Amino acid sequence: MAAAVTRFFLRGAGSKVPNTGVSTRGHSSFGATLLKLSPSCNVRTKTQRRHAAHFTFQPDPVPTQYGPTQKMNLFQSITSALDNTLANDPTAVIFGEDVAFGGVFRCTVGLRDKYGKDRVFNTPLCEQGIVGFGIGVAVAGATAVAEIQFADYIFPAFDQIVNEAAKYRYRSGNLFDCGGLTIRAPWGCVGHGSLYHSQSPEAFFAHCPGVKIVIPRSPVQAKGLLLSCIADKNPCIFFEPKILYRAAVEQVPVEPYTIPLSQAEILQEGSDVTLVAWGTQVHVMREVANMAQEKLGVSCEVIDLQTILPWDTETVCKSVVKTGRLLISHEAPVTGGFAAEISSTVQEECFLNLEAPISRVCGYDTPFPHIFEPFYIPDKWKCFDAIKRMINY
Amino acid sequence: MAAVRSMNKIYGLCFHGIRQMVGLKPSKLLQHRAFRVCAVHRQQPFDSSLEKPQFPGASAEFVDHLEFIQPNVISGIPVYRVMDRQGNIINPSEDPKLSKETVLNFYQKMTLLNTMDRILYESQRQGRISFYMTNYGEEGTHIGSAAALDPSDLVFGQYREAGVLMYRGFPLDLFMAQCYASTDDLGKGRQMPVHYGSKDLNFVTISSPLATQLPQGELYTLTSAVYMNIHVPVNIYMYIFLLNVSISAAGAAYAIKRENMNRVVICYFGEGAASEGDAHAGFNFSATLECPLIFFCRNNGYAISTPTNEQYRGDGIAARGPGYGMLSIRVDGNDVFAVYNATKEARRRAVAENQPFLIEAMTYRIGHHSTSDDSSAYRSVDEVNYWDKQDHPISRLRHYMLAHSWWSEDDERSWRKQSRKMVMEAFEKAEKRLKPSPELLFTDVYQELSPSLNKQRESMWRHLQQYKEHYQLDLYDK
Repeated sequence: MAAAVTRFFLRGAGSKVPNTGVSTRGHSSFGATLLKLSPSCNVRTKTQRRHAAHFTFQPDPVPTQYGPTQKMNLFQSITSALDNTLANDPTAVIFGEDVAFGGVFRCTVGLRDKYGKDRVFNTPLCEQGIVGFGIGVAVAGATAVAEIQFADYIFPAFDQIVNEAAKYRYRSGNLFDCGGLTIRAPWGCVGHGSLYHSQSPEAFFAHCPGVKIVIPRSPVQAKGLLLSCIADKNPCIFFEPKILYRAAVEQVPVEPYTIPLSQAEILQEGSDVTLVAWGTQVHVMREVANMAQEKLGVSCEVIDLQTILPWDTETVCKSVVKTGRLLISHEAPVTGGFAAEISSTVQEECFLNLEAPISRVCGYDTPFPHIFEPFYIPDKWKCFDAIKRMINY
Repeated sequence: MAAVRSMNKIYGLCFHGIRQMVGLKPSKLLQHRAFRVCAVHRQQPFDSSLEKPQFPGASAEFVDHLEFIQPNVISGIPVYRVMDRQGNIINPSEDPKLSKETVLNFYQKMTLLNTMDRILYESQRQGRISFYMTNYGEEGTHIGSAAALDPSDLVFGQYREAGVLMYRGFPLDLFMAQCYASTDDLGKGRQMPVHYGSKDLNFVTISSPLATQLPQGELYTLTSAVYMNIHVPVNIYMYIFLLNVSISAAGAAYAIKRENMNRVVICYFGEGAASEGDAHAGFNFSATLECPLIFFCRNNGYAISTPTNEQYRGDGIAARGPGYGMLSIRVDGNDVFAVYNATKEARRRAVAENQPFLIEAMTYRIGHHSTSDDSSAYRSVDEVNYWDKQDHPISRLRHYMLAHSWWSEDDERSWRKQSRKMVMEAFEKAEKRLKPSPELLFTDVYQELSPSLNKQRESMWRHLQQYKEHYQLDLYDK
C-alpha cells in the first residue's frame, strides 16, 4: 500500500518535469520517470548537475562463447533472459504489479504479447500476495518469476520469504519445495530515490538460510545470473541495480546462457589490496582501483561478489591471503550490513595474512536521504581515502 | 463484451494447440478447460454518451439520497444442513444418497481420528511427545470435504485437518512417526508434532509460522526437556498459528489451471487465521486471477482464547466472500453430508469455471487449542459439553447409520476395540524407533549442501566426537 501512495505521489511529481530526451512511449511509467532524472541518462540539464554520476559504467569484454550478441542495456538484458525462459519452459509465468504493459522499468515489454496473458500478468497490489502466490506456483512444480516493484517494498513479503519460501524444502523433508521461484526487484540508489526507492536490503535476507541472493553489475551478468536463478532449484532473490537499467550498455548474447551462482568474479588482478563489492558499487571500485594505481601506486584486486548468499568465501579469502588487505564496500548501512559478515569470516580465515584492519566503506546508519544522497553514498573518494589509510596503517 | 469472449476462445484454442505441440502429457488434455485470464483487457471501449456512472472502479447506478449500506449481521448467511441432530435427512432432494460402504468409511475414519487424538493427547500429557493438537468436534469437516475431492486435488492445510490425511489413507505409522520425530518421519524430524505432509497424497506439509514468541532453537531445548521428564509449564509455548497457506494455495491453483487438468486446490484455515493479511491476499488473488480453488474455513468459535466477537464484527467469514467476487456458502460443519455436498459442488464448478469458492463450516472446537492450552481458563465447561454430547459430527452420523440399520451397538464396541488396537500398535512401534540421524539437521536447507554448511556439519561431528557424553546420541540413528 505504501507502494501505491508513493507511486502516485511521484508520478505526479514526474509529470511536472519537462519531457526532455528519453523517448516517451504511450504509457507513462514511474520507473522511466525515475530514470529520466537519473544522472546516468544522457540528458543533463542545469538543475540536474548536482547529481553528478557517482560511478562510470565499464563494459566487460564482449562474450564470444555464447553465439551472436546484441547491444542491450540492463533492462533489455533482463527482458532477454525472461524471453528465453518463457520460450524454453512452458510452465514459466511472470507476474507482479504492472508487469503486463511492460513494467515500470520496461523489463517485461513485449512478453505478454509474445507469450500470452496467462503467462505474463498483473497481480493485485499486494507484495505478500505476490510472493505467496509465487511460492504456490513453484510448489505445484511450475516456474514462477515474481516481480516486486522496488526492493524497498519487499518487506510486506518478508514473512512469506523468510518463514515460507526459505524453509519449504527443509521443513517438509524435501517432500515439497518452491525451488522454481525467483523474485526480481529493482535495487539500490538512483540519484534521487530517497527513502523508499533506493534501498539495498540484501543483508536482511543474508541472515536467512534457504534463499539465494544474487546481484549483477552489468547487462551480461544480469542475464546470465538471472537465468541461473530461474534454473536454480532453490528460491532466489535477484536484485537489479536500477540505476544501471539504462546507463549500462554492452553486447549481450541473444541466446540463453548461465553464469554460476555462489561464485565471485575477479575483475582485476592486484597484489596490494582486495576490493570487494557488488552491483553498481563494483564500478565505483574499478574506478577506485585506477585512482589508487595512479595516485598511490597501489595495485588493487577487484572482486565482484555477485552472490550474497551462499557467498564465495574461497575466492575472497584466497585474494586476501595474497594481498593482506581488504576493503568491502556497499551502499546499504554499515551496521549489520553484509560487509560485516565478509569481514568477520576473512578475519577468521586469514588472520595471519592480514596486515591492516579490514575496512568497510558503506552507507551511514541512517535512512536513505533525498537531497543528501551525494553525501550519503560510499563514493569513490570515500573508498580511495580508506585505501590510503589502509596502506599507511 | 462478446468480442472479448470470442478472443478468449481463440486464445484458449491457441494455447491448447501449443500444449499439444510441445507434447505435454497430451493424453491428459482430453478435457479442455475454459481458460479465462485477467478479464481486464488493456484497452476497454469507452462510451461517455450514457447518463450513468462512468467510473472504471465499479459498475453501478447513481442514487440521489444518502444511505450507508448496513452490514447484515443479525440475520446472517444461513447455515446449510442436510440432516438434523438426530441424523434424519431434512430435505430428501439434498440427500447425497451415499452407499453404505461410503458412509461406513466416513464413520470409521472419523472415529479412528478421534481414537488417535485421545491416545496422542494422553501421550503428550505423559511427556512422551512434545506437543499435540486434537481435532475434537471438527472430524466431520475433514472427512466430508476430503470425500468430495479427487485424490489428485492438492490440499493446503493449517494444522487441524488430520482427518483429510486419514481419509486419503495416510498410515497410522506415519502420523505417529511425525509426532515422535522418528526415523520413519517423512519430514525427517524437523518440525513440531502434527505438522504432517505427504507428497503421495497431495497434502502439502503443514507449517506453523509462529507469532515470534519462541524461536525454533528454544523449542528444541524444550523438546529435550520433555524427554528428560522435566515438567514444562502448560503455557510456556502457547502457539499462535498464522495463515500463510491461503495465498500459496492460490498460486498452486493457478499453476494447476495452466496444467489444464481436472484438478483443484483446497485450502483449509481457521476463522482466526482469516484475520491475517495473507487471507486477504489469497481471496483477492484467487478471484482476480481466476483460480480453481476452494477456501475452506473452519469457524469453530475460537482462536486459542479469542472468541469470534473479538476476531471480527461482520457476518463471519462467508460474508467476506462476495466482497472479493467469490461464490460463498455457510454449512453446518457437524453435518458430514452438508460439508460433502457443498464441497462436491464447489469442486465441480471450480474446475469447470476456473473460479474460487468459499465454504465456511460452522463448528465448535471441543478440545483445547493445543496441549499447551487449558481452555477452561476462558470458556465454560457447559458450553463445551453441549457440543460434545448434543451436537457432535460423529454421533450425528451414528444416528443416521443406526436409523438405516447399517450399524449396531455391537459394531460400535468391536470397532472401538479394533481401532484402539491399531492406534496402540502404531504408537508403540513409533515410540521404540530411533530419532533420525543428526546429519539430517544440515540437508535440504538448499537442494545442495553449500560449502559453508558442509563445514558447519563437519564441525558439529568433530564436536560430538569430543563431547559425546553430553549428548544423547544413542537416541539417534547413526
